[in-house]
Amino acid sequence: MKNAFKLGVSALALTLASGAAQAEGKLSVYHWFEYIPQEVLDKFAAEHGVEVTMDTYDSNEAMLASLKAGKLGSYDVAVPGDYMVEIMAGEGMLDTFEHTELSNFGNIQPQWADVSFDPGRKSSIPYQWGSTGFSVNRDAYSGDINTTSIIFDPPAELKGKINVLDSQGEVLALASMHLGIPQCTTDREQLKALNALLQGVKGDWASFGSDIAKDVLVSGDASAGMIYNGFSAKARSEGANIEYAFPKEGFVVWMDNVVLLKDAPNRDNAIKFMNFLLEPENIAAITNYAQYTAGIEGVDQFLTDEVKTAPELNPPSDQPGQFVMACDQAVQEVYDTIWTNLKK
Amino acid sequence: MAGGGISSGGQGSDMYEGLGARLILPAWAIIGFFLVLPVGLMLIYSFLTKEFRGGVIWEFSLAAYDQFFFDRGLFGDEPPKIEWTYINIFWRSIWQAALATVFCLFIGFPTAWFIATRSGSNRQIWLFLITIPYWVNLLIRTISMKFLIRDNGPLNEFLLWTGLVDSPLHIINTNFAVQLGLFYSYLPFMVLPIYASVERYNFAFSEAAADLYASKWVTLRLIILPIVKPGIIAGCILVFVPSLGAFLAPDLLGGAKNFMIGSLIEEQFKGNAGNWPFGAAISMILLSMVMVVLTLYARAQSKEEASR
Repeated sequence: MKNAFKLGVSALALTLASGAAQAEGKLSVYHWFEYIPQEVLDKFAAEHGVEVTMDTYDSNEAMLASLKAGKLGSYDVAVPGDYMVEIMAGEGMLDTFEHTELSNFGNIQPQWADVSFDPGRKSSIPYQWGSTGFSVNRDAYSGDINTTSIIFDPPAELKGKINVLDSQGEVLALASMHLGIPQCTTDREQLKALNALLQGVKGDWASFGSDIAKDVLVSGDASAGMIYNGFSAKARSEGANIEYAFPKEGFVVWMDNVVLLKDAPNRDNAIKFMNFLLEPENIAAITNYAQYTAGIEGVDQFLTDEVKTAPELNPPSDQPGQFVMACDQAVQEVYDTIWTNLKK
Repeated sequence: MAGGGISSGGQGSDMYEGLGARLILPAWAIIGFFLVLPVGLMLIYSFLTKEFRGGVIWEFSLAAYDQFFFDRGLFGDEPPKIEWTYINIFWRSIWQAALATVFCLFIGFPTAWFIATRSGSNRQIWLFLITIPYWVNLLIRTISMKFLIRDNGPLNEFLLWTGLVDSPLHIINTNFAVQLGLFYSYLPFMVLPIYASVERYNFAFSEAAADLYASKWVTLRLIILPIVKPGIIAGCILVFVPSLGAFLAPDLLGGAKNFMIGSLIEEQFKGNAGNWPFGAAISMILLSMVMVVLTLYARAQSKEEASR
C-alpha cells in the first residue's frame, strides 16, 4: 500500500518535472548563481546548435534537496562542490562516462585528473577551484589578519561587524581549524569545545549570509566577513578596501566539478558541453568572470592580467588548505545540533 | 462553504440536484489538489523515519515530534528534558508577528478611515497609491528596504546631514529592522479590509451619536468599532498569519542570526540538516496553531451573528 502510494507520488513528480527539456537539441544546466557568463553558454549554443537553459542554486545542499525532491531527470549537468560529488555518487544520482568520450580529457591538470571525491573521474570533470576564508576591511582594522582569530576571537575593532557564511559545512570546518581539531571529529570533548566556541563568539557576529557575502563588504555593512576567494576579488575590484586572508591555522579549499546527472534527458549534449568546458579558452572565460582558478592546462594565455595577479587567487604555497569533509551520520547529527544551538 | 452551495442549489427541484453536485466537482478537485493532498503528504512525512541527507524511509516514527519537544543533549544520549529551543523559536516568531500586526493596525486603521472618507474619485487614487508598491516583488522590496536603512544608506546620511544624530543609527540586523520589514510588507493587508468595512459604515450613526451628546471617544468605542470589527479582525489575520511564516525580512534585514519558524523549516529541507520529517512536523505544528486561531475567530463570528 505505502509502496504503491510512494510510486504514485514519484510518478506524479516525474511527469511534472519532465516538461523541462526532452527534445533533441537541448541542454539543461543546473548551476550556481552568478558564476558562468551568459556569453559562454551562448557560444556553446551557437557552436553546437543546441538550446541551453539554466536554473541556479545557492548552496550544494539546496541543489541536493531539489534533485531529491524530483528534479533528477530534468537536468543534464550540475556543478557540485567536492564533498557533494561524493554524496551524490553515493545516492546514485550520477551517470558515468568513458574518458574516450571526451576528446579534451587530457587537458585536465594531473593533480585534478584523479581525486578522492571521484576516484578515476568517472562522473565529473574539474570546473573551478578556490578557497573559502575571510576578508577584512583595511580601513577598519590594520593588524595581522592571517589568523582565524579574526572570525572566532575577533579584535575589538571588528566586533559586531562580521558577516559569516550561512553554511554549516564551511563555518564548522573553519572553526575546527581554529581549535586545531580534525573535521568530523568523534571526540566528545572536542565537539563540546566546538559548540562552546560558537556559542561564545556568536554575539560578535553581525549577520549570517552567503549570497550577501560580497555586498556587505562592498557597502561597509560588515568590516570583516567569511567569503570565497573569487568573490572577495570581485568585492575588491568593486572598490572595497579589503584584503583576503590566508590564515595560518588553515582555510577551506574547494573544487566545483561538472557532473553528468543520472537520467539526463540530453546525455549526448551534456558530453559535448563537458568537452567544451575542457577547452582552455572556454574555461578561461569562466575563470575571468568568476575569478577562481581552472583545473585545466593551457589556460594562462587566455586569462586577464587582473586574474593572473590577484592576491586572492595565489595562496602562499606553505599555507595549509583543507577540503570540507562529508561527516558520517552520527557526527553530522551532532553538527546539526551545534548549528541549531548557534541560531536558536 | 461548499456545502452551503449544494443545499441552496438543491432546494429548487429534483432536476437540479444531480447537476449541483456535478457543478461543485471542480471546487472539490481544487481543494483536494491544492489543500488536502499537500497537507496530507506533509502529515504523513512528519511521521516517517528520516533518511540521512534528505529524503524519508517509509517506516513509522515519532522521532520528529520527539525532537521538537524533548532535549536529549548534544549527543542524544542524556535523559530527556523539555526542549526549549524550538518553543523559543516559535515564541519569537509569534511575538514578532503579533507586534507587526499591532503596528499595522495602528497605522492601517487611520489610513483606511482617511481613504474611506474621501470623495469618490479621490478615494480611487488613494487606494491606487496604497497598492502601487505591491506591484513589485516582495524580495526586491525587502532588499530595497535594506539599502535604505543600512549604516551608510540614504536614511542615515539624511539624519547625519540634518544634524539630528552625530553617528549613524544602527538599524540593520536588529529586531527593529525585522519589524520594519514585516510592517512594510503586510500593511495593505490591514488597510484594504478595514477600508471595505469603513466604506460601508453609515455616517448618520456618528451624527446621531453626536446629537445625543456622545463624545468622540464613546462614538468610536461603542458605535464605529463594533461595526467595522469584522474588517479589523480580517486585517489582523491577514497580517498575522503570513508574518508568522515570514523568512525574507528576518534573513535579509535581521541578518539571519536567529531562526524564525520559516527559516527553521527551510533549513530542514535546504540546509545541511536534510531532516524532512522534522521539517514536516514543524510545519504541521505551525499549521495546527494557525488553525486554532482561525477556528476561534470563526466561533466568535458565529456567536456574534447568533446574538444579533
